[in-house]
Amino acid sequence: MARDISATAGGNVEQFDVEAVHAPGKRELYAPRIKIHPKRASGWFRRLKWIIMAVTLGIYYLTPWLRWDRGAYAPDQAVLVDIAHRRFYFFFIEIWPQEFYYIAGLLIMAGIGLFLITSVAGRAWCGYTCPQTVWTDLFLVVERWVEGDRNARIKLDAAPWSLDKLSKRVVKNILWLIIAIATGGAWIFYFADAPTLAREFLTLSAPAVAYITVGILTATTFVFAGYMREQVCIYMCPWPRIQAAMLDEDSLVVTYNDWRGEPRAAHRKKLEAEGAKVGDCVDCKACVAVCPMGIDIRDGQQLACITCALCIDACDAVMDKIGKPEGLISYSNLHTYNARKAGKPAKLDWRMIVRPRTVIYSALLATIGAVMLGVLLMRERLDINVIPDRNPLFVTLTDGSIRNGYTIRLLNMSLQPRIFSLGIEGLPNAVMALAESTSPPGRTAQVVVEADKARSVKIYVTAPPADLQGESTEFVFTVTAQDVGRPAETSLYRAVFRAPPR
Amino acid sequence: MATPERDSITGTPTTGHEWDGIKELNTPLPRWWLWTFYATIVWAIAYSIAYPAWPLINTATAGLLGYSSRADVARDIADARLAQGKWLERISTSDLDQIAADPELFAFARAGGAASFRLYCVQCHGSGAAGARGYPNLNDDDWLWGGTLEQIHKTLENGIRFTGDPDTRDSQMPAFADGILTPAQISDVAEYVLKLGGQTNDAVAAARGEPLFAENCASCHGETGEGNRDLGAPRLSDPIWLLNGSKDAIVAQISNPRMGVMPAWKGRLDENTIKQLAIYVHSLGGGEQPDAQ
Repeated sequence: MARDISATAGGNVEQFDVEAVHAPGKRELYAPRIKIHPKRASGWFRRLKWIIMAVTLGIYYLTPWLRWDRGAYAPDQAVLVDIAHRRFYFFFIEIWPQEFYYIAGLLIMAGIGLFLITSVAGRAWCGYTCPQTVWTDLFLVVERWVEGDRNARIKLDAAPWSLDKLSKRVVKNILWLIIAIATGGAWIFYFADAPTLAREFLTLSAPAVAYITVGILTATTFVFAGYMREQVCIYMCPWPRIQAAMLDEDSLVVTYNDWRGEPRAAHRKKLEAEGAKVGDCVDCKACVAVCPMGIDIRDGQQLACITCALCIDACDAVMDKIGKPEGLISYSNLHTYNARKAGKPAKLDWRMIVRPRTVIYSALLATIGAVMLGVLLMRERLDINVIPDRNPLFVTLTDGSIRNGYTIRLLNMSLQPRIFSLGIEGLPNAVMALAESTSPPGRTAQVVVEADKARSVKIYVTAPPADLQGESTEFVFTVTAQDVGRPAETSLYRAVFRAPPR
Repeated sequence: MATPERDSITGTPTTGHEWDGIKELNTPLPRWWLWTFYATIVWAIAYSIAYPAWPLINTATAGLLGYSSRADVARDIADARLAQGKWLERISTSDLDQIAADPELFAFARAGGAASFRLYCVQCHGSGAAGARGYPNLNDDDWLWGGTLEQIHKTLENGIRFTGDPDTRDSQMPAFADGILTPAQISDVAEYVLKLGGQTNDAVAAARGEPLFAENCASCHGETGEGNRDLGAPRLSDPIWLLNGSKDAIVAQISNPRMGVMPAWKGRLDENTIKQLAIYVHSLGGGEQPDAQ
């Protein structure tokens, strides 16, 4: 591929022979993909992206290995989705399946969080933290390290097969595969004790589902980040469509300031000498060369732009070189863009961030978060569910009293074994007895429930006819746990006592 | 007629079909779709070789992997039997009181008993063990032949009035209409039985029936109608009726009694199953302790 150093552009600006393969109107559904060879960018946003990549990858790979002491009765993994035992552990929080609304709440918060970020900073999720972006970036680092930067890769692609090309391709794909396996491998550690599973996995004694999961995620990581890349964003992901609909005149988008750049000209000195009007854009196409999505930002805001801002870095470097102010391509919103176009000074200030939309999103986020936190802190760690016997509904005893049977499910959601005290409110003369116990019936019964477990007990409640109001009489089961040094926890269940018609 | 050509606007070939000047583009399938389609074909062929697929006349191809859902079930059942083995071993070496005293063993025996009950007992006693007319309710505390573990176990083993077992529980209630009592006397005794059970009755007739009861019935049913479990004589002084508590039904029973029969399960079921059934029935809420009688 040709490239020429143009000394005419007011400095040694490298001109790139590059076409935006995803220029609007040029995309064809049935055309084969044209490979993109993004050039390495350097600058403020590239550094930011390195940092974000390190942080997000670090969180993903290391989280399962964090330990959190929960005592003898629960796993010590800080974040664990224990599907086999239907428990979800997140540091100091433990969630049972019936408390899944916390997860639903978190997902709602994540959704609103995305709305908030989008209305403030545009498609920041896409450009910086989306796994597709992060892993593609990581794979590009490997590609660049093995095969060289843009021009070397283009040359290698065009070259006939040779030992050198083959070895580079093999090394690149093996490195990609290692990253992909590590990615799929890290995923399964969220679902089982990480050190144990790692040992089992390596000794080939882990459950089949672990290998299948790793296989699928390895394949998707390898294919999506290695070979599909920008196509995932453009053709598979619904998010660009949704986000595009959420942008407004205050949203930050990566903007080419055409009022300053146009008319673009590569050979400006000649044109200036001829007295023609020349914009700041030297048409070096550095912005296109670094773009991982294969677009030309100078075509304007478009669906395929993930706002990774690498074109800003590339353009700023060129502007520095030719002695023009930075910011020919910049993060702007419609207001600042129009103001600057009109020649007025415009800076991004807090009023663009604090506006009704963002305030509402923030308020929603804060409200949901506060409610969830409140409910979480106040939630009881015991519960009672009662299933009345239906066959028979009631039993008449020799002394004329009526007996009902109930299967009571007691949930001890604390991490210590506890003694639950069952009692009844209502039916003043009724007594109850555990089916499994030979102790005489009484108004209360004690049941030991293991730590973090549920237990079902059969209980018989016997009431004299005087207590009963017709065929059904309401009463309440209470369950109380009195732990040393903590306030008693109580839970209720409204039950019905059945009797024969009189 | 059909002459394929290349469409000048899209550059795509046509199928050559034309209707009223409208030509049909032969747009190629999207490649991802095509490859997915090919993949499903390959998958289908591989699957039908690896797994049972092709019907034959009397059977079907077995597949190279030898998979069979029936074999899976058989293996699961074998595994379950193996897992039950150690519990059944403990049940066979423990007596009923030991089983009842061990929570784990009790839970196993109760569950096993419940399963066997559904197989062998529900036909008469009902799925909730609530019985039916003539078939006792096993949930209550009104036992004909005794409600301790031992007594329930014996009833299960030897049955009631079961001709095939010499050790069966047996008793006979005479047919009092058969020359022992007159219809009027039977009516009076029935009024007295109503009184014993706390039901509305004709006080005068009941008073006439009292001496008749003491003379003819108390030897088995007790002076106050409290029953006698050694003889399987039902308790009459409670609101629980095996047949029916109405006067007509009582008169019919005194005149020409019906008496229940239960088969002996010893020999038909193994000892472990009978033990588990005894534990289950005893746990239904009416089970008695030996000293509580």
